[in-house]
Amino acid sequence: MDLPRYPYHQTLEQRSGQPQRRPVVVVGAGPVGLTLALDLAKRAVPVVVIDDSDRIGEGSRAVCWAKKTLEVFDRLGVGESVARDGVRWQRGRVFHGEREAYAFDLLPEAHHKMPAMVNLQQDQVEARLVRAAQLDGRIELRGRHELIGLEQDSDGVTLNVRTPDGLFDMRADWVVGCDGARSPTRSLLGLSFQGQVFEDRFLIADVRLAPGVRPRGLDPALPERWFWFDPPFHRGQSVLLHAQADGLWRIDFQLGRDADTEAERDAGRIKARVAAMLDSDGFELVWSSIYQFCCRRAERFRVGRVLLAGDAAHQVSPFGARGANSGVQDADNLGWKLAAVLRGEGSDALLDAYEFERIEAADDNIGHSTRATDFISPKSALSRRLRRAALDLAARTEFAKPLVNSGRLSLPSAHVDSPLSTPDAEAWAGGHGPGCPAPDAPLDGGGWLSERLRGGFALLAFGWPVSAEGVPVITLPGEGLAATRYGARPGSVVLLRPDAVVAARWHRFDAGAVSAALARAHGRPQ
Amino acid sequence: MTKLNLTPNFGPEADAFYAELIAAQAGLSDDEAADWLARLTLILCNHIGDRDVLRQAFALAHERHD
Repeated sequence: MDLPRYPYHQTLEQRSGQPQRRPVVVVGAGPVGLTLALDLAKRAVPVVVIDDSDRIGEGSRAVCWAKKTLEVFDRLGVGESVARDGVRWQRGRVFHGEREAYAFDLLPEAHHKMPAMVNLQQDQVEARLVRAAQLDGRIELRGRHELIGLEQDSDGVTLNVRTPDGLFDMRADWVVGCDGARSPTRSLLGLSFQGQVFEDRFLIADVRLAPGVRPRGLDPALPERWFWFDPPFHRGQSVLLHAQADGLWRIDFQLGRDADTEAERDAGRIKARVAAMLDSDGFELVWSSIYQFCCRRAERFRVGRVLLAGDAAHQVSPFGARGANSGVQDADNLGWKLAAVLRGEGSDALLDAYEFERIEAADDNIGHSTRATDFISPKSALSRRLRRAALDLAARTEFAKPLVNSGRLSLPSAHVDSPLSTPDAEAWAGGHGPGCPAPDAPLDGGGWLSERLRGGFALLAFGWPVSAEGVPVITLPGEGLAATRYGARPGSVVLLRPDAVVAARWHRFDAGAVSAALARAHGRPQ
Repeated sequence: MTKLNLTPNFGPEADAFYAELIAAQAGLSDDEAADWLARLTLILCNHIGDRDVLRQAFALAHERHD
């Protein structure tokens, strides 16, 4: 698929030297910035997205897109195509040498619109987001606009931007930095970005296999995530294999701490590693990259009128697919809040709640990611020995299997202590409590609950309709799949936020309680 | 005879337990870490206190595949 571009154009604003005030300027046209722009545009907020490049970044980079992310994409009109064109998988195997030590199954629950996980190379996902943004009259996507200065006052933010025609100023009510791990926005805010730096080097090779080549016996028609500790074809290190779309495969080789990065970039050397792994030279090397990673986050995600999302705010290792997924979920969390503040429907406290909730999520992701990374690259002789023991025992006992950690795959974080949630006043048998992601369910007349939500507040009424002020009601059967998933009985009502998070729930409808919970979810506790 | 428990015992906290185990010996030299592990073994054996159970564990730890 040809990748769309967003070429530089000189704008009237530049020519006239008169900054035109914008409600929101998003810095960075990656998956996070574009998700946020599409979300805001759907809420009738015009957005300018600036990016220092004029094209989609090269290479596949992020590969795995989790259900929550696919649900967000679906709401923005690109989820079905990502789910259709991506590779679905649910089984992961972990090998110690050549022997299977542990296997997991994402166990996707049946009857959700979106699958548990889809693999699609990042440039293909970005292409869909860029096209959708270019078709949306409320989004202006400007290439070769590099942010070099940022100043804010009580009234707005002035952005100093470098373009091929020189410097000029833009003016915005709100600025969101979605400009990646080396975020200029974060640097200009002077925020620290601290955490753990891992010394191991890793090599990513994207390869296209010749017909009939089965990577280590894996059937390409039934893709799985395979991970090796200390395999015979790459002794002493680990290797991860993932299927991508269009016959592409991702192989991730751990190179260790002392790897000679320059020497490892040599295409001949990379091909030799891939050939040893595949036991075949029937492949084409499409893209490769050597990287090192960090698990860290910015000290704050909000400074006045400037917010951070995605890698600009937090960084994790790739094991667990928590980078791009959590970034898209940041955008999902922020879009409705920013729109509500701009419209005067929500208080400024909503943006503090964004920071609170997404720092909570980032810390959760960083915790999982750090543990996986520590397991993958042990730092002492004893920790290497304990890992060896865990892998050895995992192959023959149940107790050691949960100790084997090649990455725990991304699930949406629950915002358990969110100031926007109304705590349960009654006992609930199961379901998802306030702050938890709202599960999808099929509707009786066809279609899906996730399609009915459409990015607004909603009150789910189980059993019979209710009449609530200021929030649309979706009536669902008092018994059945949806009721079970929500832990509901006939008469229960569940208030959902625009980002499909449970805000409050009751076993009996009370208009006053719903209205108080709605106010609280708008950052106006009563 | 009590059977050695080989079912997972940490529930959703397995990763947290493992991270704590590794963190507990961070900063020790290899020799110090081996001594630490030896002391840990004796402490845990005493805590278990059932020689039948310990014999089953000794035997299981002897088996290896590679």
